[in-house]
Amino acid sequence: MRQIAVVLGSIAFLAVCWWAFSPKRKKRFEEDAKLPFADEEQSIRSAYDADKNKTDEDSAAGSVRGDRAGETSAEHKKGQDEK
Amino acid sequence: MTTTVAKTGPAPDYDYNIVRQFTVMSVVWGVFGMAMGVLIAAQLAWPQLNDFFQPFSHFGRLRPLHTNAVIFAFGGSVLFATSYYVVQRTCQTRLWGGWLVPFTFWGWQLVIVLAAITLPMGLTSAKEYAELEWPIDILIALIWVAYAMVFFGTIAKRRTSHIYVANWFFGAYIITIACLHIVNNLAVPAAAWKSYSYFAGTADAMIQWWYGHNAVGFFLTAAFLGIMYYFVPKQAGRPVYSYQLSIVHFWALISIYVWAGGHHLHYSALPDWTQSLAMIMSVILLAPSWGGMINGIMTLSGAWHKLRTDPTLRFLVVSLSFYGMSTFEGPMMSIKTVNALSHNTDWTVGHVHSGALGWVAMISIGALYHLVPILWHRKEMYSVKLINAHFWLATVGTVLYIAAMWVNGITQGLMWRAFNADGTLTYSFVESVVASYPGYYVRFIGGALFVLGMLLMAYNVFRTITDKENAEQQDNTVPLAQTA
Repeated sequence: MRQIAVVLGSIAFLAVCWWAFSPKRKKRFEEDAKLPFADEEQSIRSAYDADKNKTDEDSAAGSVRGDRAGETSAEHKKGQDEK
Repeated sequence: MTTTVAKTGPAPDYDYNIVRQFTVMSVVWGVFGMAMGVLIAAQLAWPQLNDFFQPFSHFGRLRPLHTNAVIFAFGGSVLFATSYYVVQRTCQTRLWGGWLVPFTFWGWQLVIVLAAITLPMGLTSAKEYAELEWPIDILIALIWVAYAMVFFGTIAKRRTSHIYVANWFFGAYIITIACLHIVNNLAVPAAAWKSYSYFAGTADAMIQWWYGHNAVGFFLTAAFLGIMYYFVPKQAGRPVYSYQLSIVHFWALISIYVWAGGHHLHYSALPDWTQSLAMIMSVILLAPSWGGMINGIMTLSGAWHKLRTDPTLRFLVVSLSFYGMSTFEGPMMSIKTVNALSHNTDWTVGHVHSGALGWVAMISIGALYHLVPILWHRKEMYSVKLINAHFWLATVGTVLYIAAMWVNGITQGLMWRAFNADGTLTYSFVESVVASYPGYYVRFIGGALFVLGMLLMAYNVFRTITDKENAEQQDNTVPLAQTA
């Protein structure tokens, strides 16, 4: 039982190492590591949105939400073009 | 970068409201919980401070309030804020869950308030870090399930093909804490605020420290490594040093941590082989722990100069140094012969605080200084100079605290096990208490410096949110159309 556990544990560890370090996945992981840097513009928009959320809740105006959705998606497209 | 985005079409806005709420509350609870720590440190140095409002102000009742406040109120709020923020940004989608999202916020705040009421009243299940009685435990379990649904629901509807490594750490933490919390708090209620553990004797102790050590391993380590994997690269402006290393160290860390809890029960009624197993697993843990530390610190290679001008980055990197230090100290203390000296002494308290102040609090503070300007669309914090002042107060405070506890711990350990030639004890216990007094004063000073830093932070965060200008910039707001 003990020996089996040691062997299986070692195999699992080596398998993870092989999977992570195999050269054919190197490129992919380099791309994945850049994931946190891909969405700046969307983040700034969301920060302004959080202001509006607050006023939405204060005034309880439901119709504003619909307008905002259109407005933000237009701005998002603009952001995409600039990129 | 196009390869990582799976879905196209207009991107939905992130829910920054919930992140803002948790961010503000983490500062509030940070000040509260750490001030409570300074109070109980003062009680140990000046015992008459126990008496200002007996029995509610007694050390034995306020100590669990301090630990719960810093771990679950401060640390918990930081983790809710950062995990909700990171999962949205790296999945490029809005939080899933509707009303479940505000439920996690208001529910969690209610739990903290209930803890602040029941613990000074002496209502406790007497399990360390799980003191809260069964009605609150049930509420926590419900909130945690909602948290898991929101987090994994968001991952399920992500617009990126890959799940970023920070989310793996957050996910592991959420699942494991759910298991730990539910199993360790299984109890038979005897009255509204009284219950008895479902487990008995040694098995109860083993379950308790399986919980206790993994509260450290998953709540205070894996989750904060999730913070590290997002905020260190972002603040340094470069991707993580080795993404491959992050994968290997993730699987190694989470599969080894769960075995280490038995080292809290060395030389107890726990079977000897179980103690040895826990010790060996604890020593092995050094490798994946340092894997994470190296990965974080090496992310700065080629960008070391940024440390000179950016105190936020300094917080993040110094926290990793403390992480490396305490994950070296921990395995060493888990070795039975070392433990024979260190167990039940202030060394343990010092070790916990080198992790809690140096690693957990400092990386949280760094992450919050990174978050606040982004969440309120500011270019930077109201005062970068105050961040720098906070950094030095926090660092000096931590060093004073842990150095005092090392000295105390080794003094106590040596005095307790000193024998005379005829086999009698050389010192009485009280003599070791008297010998500890200088360390208690130094600890109080260190803790007070740390809280002073937190007060600077509270002021700085308040001014950043309310003021659109700051000392350096005429206009500190980020314009909406700007693409970064």
